[in-house]
Amino acid sequence: MLWVVLIATSAFCFAIKLVGHSVPDRWLANARLQRINALIPIALLSALVIAEGLVTKTHVVIDHRLAGLAVALAALFAKAPFPVVVVAAAVTSALVYHLH
Amino acid sequence: MTRAPSATVRDALSVSLTVGFYGVAFGAASVAAGFSVLQSCLFSLLTFTGASQFAAVGVVASGGAGLSAIAAAAMLGTRNALYGIQMAPLLKVKGLKRAAAAQITIDESTGVALAQASRGTEAMRFGFWLTGTGVFIFWNVFTFLGAYGAKSLGNPASWGLDAAVPAAFLGLVWPRLETTFLRIVAASAMVFALLVTPWLPAGLPIIASALVAVTFGWRER
Repeated sequence: MLWVVLIATSAFCFAIKLVGHSVPDRWLANARLQRINALIPIALLSALVIAEGLVTKTHVVIDHRLAGLAVALAALFAKAPFPVVVVAAAVTSALVYHLH
Repeated sequence: MTRAPSATVRDALSVSLTVGFYGVAFGAASVAAGFSVLQSCLFSLLTFTGASQFAAVGVVASGGAGLSAIAAAAMLGTRNALYGIQMAPLLKVKGLKRAAAAQITIDESTGVALAQASRGTEAMRFGFWLTGTGVFIFWNVFTFLGAYGAKSLGNPASWGLDAAVPAAFLGLVWPRLETTFLRIVAASAMVFALLVTPWLPAGLPIIASALVAVTFGWRER
């Protein structure tokens, strides 16, 4: 069963990626599609912030990760470079995790 | 010109390292779910899309059916098709190179590529390949280390890695939010994801958030 899960998951995930790269260019000529397509990374990346930072399985959970995210947000407002944002979040989260 | 590539390299390497280290967590989770070290490494080489991999081994670990594990992973992988639609016109590659580009089309490579928009299309392409390749290398090396050392290694939360990943996503979306409208789209997607999380299977809120993009992009502004 484990081999089936591994092989089928890999096959599906690669096929999905390849489909994205093989869709004809003219599909993107449509103005509405272009508008939506430009917004999709913003929507999905934003949802990923929530899914990775505030969710455990199917529950909204507030824990040490939120402290890390808050510091990341503050760092971004302060125009800190990307590595500083990420490391500050990790250090804060780890500190809260251990102090808690 | 001399500034742009170094900034792109910095973005790509930061993301590669951060996400690569998260591979330790995947390797450990995979072994804990009952997969062998070899199977865990094959997951990272062949599936190579973190959220799908975590979903697959997570469902297996919680006693879910094999079909549920595959379905969860595939649903989480659908966003890579959306990324591919955006990356293909930028990369313009065929044959084996397209297959290679497809395999490394993930959140991070797409995110870094799009974040280089102000530095030109060459920087975007460079960002895509460098980040995709970098994450691929680090992700696989650290999957092996995580799987191999699963028993001796502690909880990734004690290293802050579980907060570094969402912080990285926040850092990737941040430079894109140039107008009030785009900030509203981002905030709406976050609220939407929070609201639907209790009602949808794990991972689906990420895909469903595409509806926010459809809603805001439907009409011309």
